[in-house]
Order: sequence, then structure tokens, then C-alpha cells
Amino acid sequence: MIKPLDLRRFTGFRALTILCLVVLYAPLIIVAIYSFNDSTSITRWGGFSLKWYVDVFTGPDAPKFRNAAINSFTIAIGAATCATIIATAAAVAMNRAGRFRGKVASLALINLPLMVPEIVTAVASLIFFITIGFKTGLMTIFIAHLVFCIPFAYLPISARMQSVPDVYEQAAMDLYATPWEAFRLILLPLMIPGILSGFLLAFIISLDDFLITNFVKGAGIETLPTAIFGSVKQGIKPNIMAISTLLLGVSVVFVTLSWFIGRAGQSKN
Amino acid sequence: MNQNSIAVDVENVVKRYDSVTALHGVSMDIREGEFFTLLGPSGCGKTTLLRCIAGFEDVTEGAIRLRGEDIAPLPPHRRPVNTVFQQYALFPHMTVLENVSFGLRRRGWIEMDAEARAREVLELVQLKDFAQRRPGQLSGGQQQRVALARALAPNPEVLLLDEPLSALDLKLRQAVRVELKQIQRETGIAFVFVTHDQEEALTMSDRIAVMSEGYVQQIGTPRDIYEAPLNRFVADFIGETNLLDVEVAAVSEGMAEVFLPGGLALRCPAAASAVAGRGHLSVRPERISIGPKSAETLPATVTDHVYLGTDIHLHARLVDGEPILVRMQNSESSGIPERGSELGLRFEAGAARLLVD
Ligand SMILES: Nc1ncnc2c1ncn2[C@@H]1O[C@H](COP(=O)(O)OP(=O)(O)OP(=O)(O)O)[C@@H](O)[C@H]1O
Ligand SMILES: [Mg+2]
Repeated sequence: MIKPLDLRRFTGFRALTILCLVVLYAPLIIVAIYSFNDSTSITRWGGFSLKWYVDVFTGPDAPKFRNAAINSFTIAIGAATCATIIATAAAVAMNRAGRFRGKVASLALINLPLMVPEIVTAVASLIFFITIGFKTGLMTIFIAHLVFCIPFAYLPISARMQSVPDVYEQAAMDLYATPWEAFRLILLPLMIPGILSGFLLAFIISLDDFLITNFVKGAGIETLPTAIFGSVKQGIKPNIMAISTLLLGVSVVFVTLSWFIGRAGQSKN
Repeated sequence: MNQNSIAVDVENVVKRYDSVTALHGVSMDIREGEFFTLLGPSGCGKTTLLRCIAGFEDVTEGAIRLRGEDIAPLPPHRRPVNTVFQQYALFPHMTVLENVSFGLRRRGWIEMDAEARAREVLELVQLKDFAQRRPGQLSGGQQQRVALARALAPNPEVLLLDEPLSALDLKLRQAVRVELKQIQRETGIAFVFVTHDQEEALTMSDRIAVMSEGYVQQIGTPRDIYEAPLNRFVADFIGETNLLDVEVAAVSEGMAEVFLPGGLALRCPAAASAVAGRGHLSVRPERISIGPKSAETLPATVTDHVYLGTDIHLHARLVDGEPILVRMQNSESSGIPERGSELGLRFEAGAARLLVD
């Protein structure tokens, strides 16, 4: 047998890997550590303290951040929910409806937002909303988020559906279930891991989107990323680090959850 | 229900996929309460026919009638027919009990009645202690019985079984055969059973339809099929047989006058529609006896013998070089002929049969 290629034996591979990891994660770790800094400086360590977290919730910027957080979560939950429903319907059509005209085109359309540069989508969305006379605000953010959340929800849902053989639904219909009952009682429960996974992914993508949001949000309306960006422009205060760390924590929790749910679903059958 | 009334009437069914024709005008009657087997090699269209009856495929031409009613307009969930799928397809997120009562619940039974009936059927398949398990916690044989129970619970007019035993190991398969046949008799439901295993078909069926490449080759009782195969395909597919190239002098009233290699004349039964000319004779190896050469026997030279315990397989060659297999019972009186020795073969009465090519 040929020994599998051992990447570790390439000269410099280890160093390159470490460099990449450092560039990727060092800033995150530093931000996380300095969010617990007692000092007002963002570079000098002044001892451990939770005062910047207290500041986030009670300080002068607290109302701004609270509003932004409410907006962010409202939009993320709404957009992810709608995207999940649409993605599930799309997955049923793509995986269960046999062949139909325009199937490949539909698949491309669903996944297009993944490929179009985000700045292009942002500009195009803004122009679109202005052209049709839609007042920018929470609603425009929601619509824009819904659109780019769909492919992220679609991918795990569709992957999951492909792994459920359609003989289960046939067995259900053989046992007098209508097509709708076969979907509701058999396919849907078997797809729950994929659906949850898709929802969480869409949620997190919506929660941390900055570029598109910044373009289509109306004046005075902020989400967490735009609020943070706004604050940073006026100088970086340690409370930004605290709120960034909180956001990071939420992301990590959701992504991990999504991964575990996906894995639990796979091992079950 | 009358034993001879028709449960499923398949009439001239043609099924075409884009480029393949899976069924070329298949016709058969499946009677009430009978164990009917579709037998044929892989790809001959057995599953396709079953799926047409269940409603997962539309027939391209022809009709399928269930107790006289054309079922073409009925979607699968409206057909009073249940299926045991080859891979069982038990719902993994439901318990055994929920699986078995699924069909009843969909038919509008209240939960209590459905559960009682499900337990009754689970008892029939000897799984009543497994009601609360999930399919993933059962062995292959147990899953197979749950699949059977699930399909039987709604008391279908016809039960379709697509190679339900193929996923089991040999030992289990033989035990389940007996059990399945017994359940079929007890319930009195017509079974349409698909298999490519001729032994399975012969031992279990009331009647067998032998199929090949989308055509029905012969329909009959196991005995008919084995002893009176209609054509070469059937004779060859069912059990071991010798197919001898012969000269057919005349055929009349189901009997044929043929000349065997070496010139020996033989009168034997002929399949309907056999004609004079060159033809093939089927002779089962266990119905040939050996003796010394004489004017009334078929001369042959022994080429080899294989000792099989209860049987001895004797390989021989006829004068024209055609191989022939003889199965001898292993008894003390029968010596094993030496390789190279010359023998006379005698066909038992009715052992040989002229086939349609
Ligand atoms: N959906 C389909 N599309 C195209 N051709 C098909 C389709 N289903 C079956 N066929 C073809 O129809 C023929 C009969 O298939 P079928 O599955 O009925 O065979 P089978 O007798 O059940 O074989 P096996 O013993 O292997 O299960 C095959 O040639 C197969 O390739
Ligand atoms: Mg098959």
C-alpha cells in the first residue's frame, strides 16, 4: 500500500500553518483578553475587571447598544426563520419533485448570493430600494438579509434531505398517508437536524452582517455591527472590545450548536 | 372469499422509462388468498411491476384491476395494497408500535384501537415485547418482521413483498420462509412475492410467474414450472437441467418424436407450440438412470464425477460431444463409474421434455 501523503513532512508546512492560525486568531484572543482590562487604555494591561461589560449595559453608550442589539436579534430571528422556510420548500422542490424545467437554473439562483461580491449586492440593493421608492429602515434590512440568508439555510437542509432516502415517504404513502402527511410526519422530522443547522447558520450570518446592512439601513437605525463600527470611528474604547467579545461568544455558541446538531442527525441513522 | 376469484388482474401492462422498456405487455391474474411469486433474474422488471401495482409508477399501457376495479386513477395512498420494502424502510424516528400502527392511524383509527390492532399483529410476528424499541435497536430479522407487521396491520387486500428475505443470512432466511408462508395462510391475504431465488420460489409459492427481460415466460404451480417448463429460459433458470440439442421428427397432441444424438428415437411430452425441426430437450439430472450400453439406451462417456454426500454428480459426454449431467443417489449398491468408462443412459418416463426455444 502507498503511504498517504504526509503533509507534515513538507518543509515549512508547520510554520505556515502556525502563521495562518496566529494571524486568524491572535487578534480575536487579544480582543477577548483586553475586554477584561481594568485600564482605559486599549494597549496597556491594568488588571482584571468586568467594568467594560458593566459599561456596555449601563454606561453612556448602553441605550445605543441596546437598541442595536434588539434590531440585530429581531432581524436575525425573522430573516433566519423566513429563510429556513423558503430554503426547506426549495430543497423539497430540488430533491423530491423529480426533474423539471429550469432545475439547474433554480439551483444557481438559490446559490447566487454566495457568489456575487457582497459590495455589489449591497449597492444593487440600495439602488433597488431607492428606485422602487421603498423607505430604507428595518424593513429593508430584513429583506436584504432574508435574501442572502437563503443559500446558507439551503445548504445544510438540502444536504440532509439528500441523505434521507425517498423510500420512507413512499412507505408512508403506501400506508395511506397523503403526500402532505408523508412530508409532515416522515420527511420533516427526519430533516430536523438539517433544518436547525440551516436556521442557526442563517441566524449567525444575519447577525454579523455589516456591509449590506450599512448600505440599506435607514438613517438612525443601527444593528450591532454598524453600531460598533460607528463607535470605532470615534476612537476605540475598551467597551467595544467587551461588546465584540460578547458577539463572538454568541457566534461560537451558535456555530458549535449547528455543528453538533448536524452531527447528531448523521449518527442517528 | 372464494379461492378462485381474482384479487389482482394485470392486463397487458407495458412500462416504458425514457429509453428502457421495463415491462413488455405483462399479463397475470393473482387469485384471492394465494401466495404468488414473481421470479426472474436481476433487471427483469419484478420491482417495476410491484411498483405499478402499489402506485409508485404509472403504467404506460394496459391496466391493473384490484378486485375488478381499475386502480389507474388512484394515488398510492388510496390503494388498499401494502408493501414490504426490500430495505424495510421502517421509520427511524418512531417506535416499533408507532411504525406498525401508522397505517391504521392514517386510515382514521382512533389511537386505542390502532394500538390494540398493532399489538395483535406484533404478536403474530412474535415481536410483542419489542413494541417500544426503535428500528435501529433491532436485528435484521426483527426489522424484517416489523416491516411485515406494519404492512399487514391495515389488513390490505393484497400484500406486496419485494425480496424481503434478501437482506437476511441463509440460516435465518430458511426459518423466515416457513414463518412467512404460515402467516400468509393464517391471514388469507394474497401475497405477491418478488424473488430471484428459485428455491425460495419453489418452496413457498402457490403459483409462480417466471419473468425475463420484461416478459412473462411462464405462469404455473411450482410443480408445473419445474417439471413442465415451457421454454429454454424457464428450464434453465429453475433448477439444474440438461438441455440437449435434438432433431424433432414430429409433434402432435402434446407428444413429440425426437432423435437424440447417436440416433436413438424417443417419444416425450412437448411444450405447447413446440414444432418439428431442431429443438431442445430438457432432462432433469436426477431423472436419468445409468446402466450398461444397449440398443435402447443413450451412449455416453464419463468425464468426471463429483461426490456430494447424499448425491453423486456424474459428468458425461454424448457421442456428439455434448455434456450431460446425471445426479445419482448415493446408495451402497451404486458403484461410481470410472472416468472414461462407457455407459448407457436411460431417461425415466416423462423425464424428458421438448421445449420451445
Ligand atoms: N426509474 C427508472 N428509470 C429508468 N429505468 C428504470 C427505472 N427503474 C427501473 N428501470 C429499468 O427497468 C428494468 C427493470 O428494473 P426492475 O427494478 O424492475 O428489475 P428487478 O427485476 O426488480 O431487478 P432486481 O432483481 O435487480 O431488483 C431495468 O432494466 C432497470 O434498469
Ligand atoms: Mg427489484
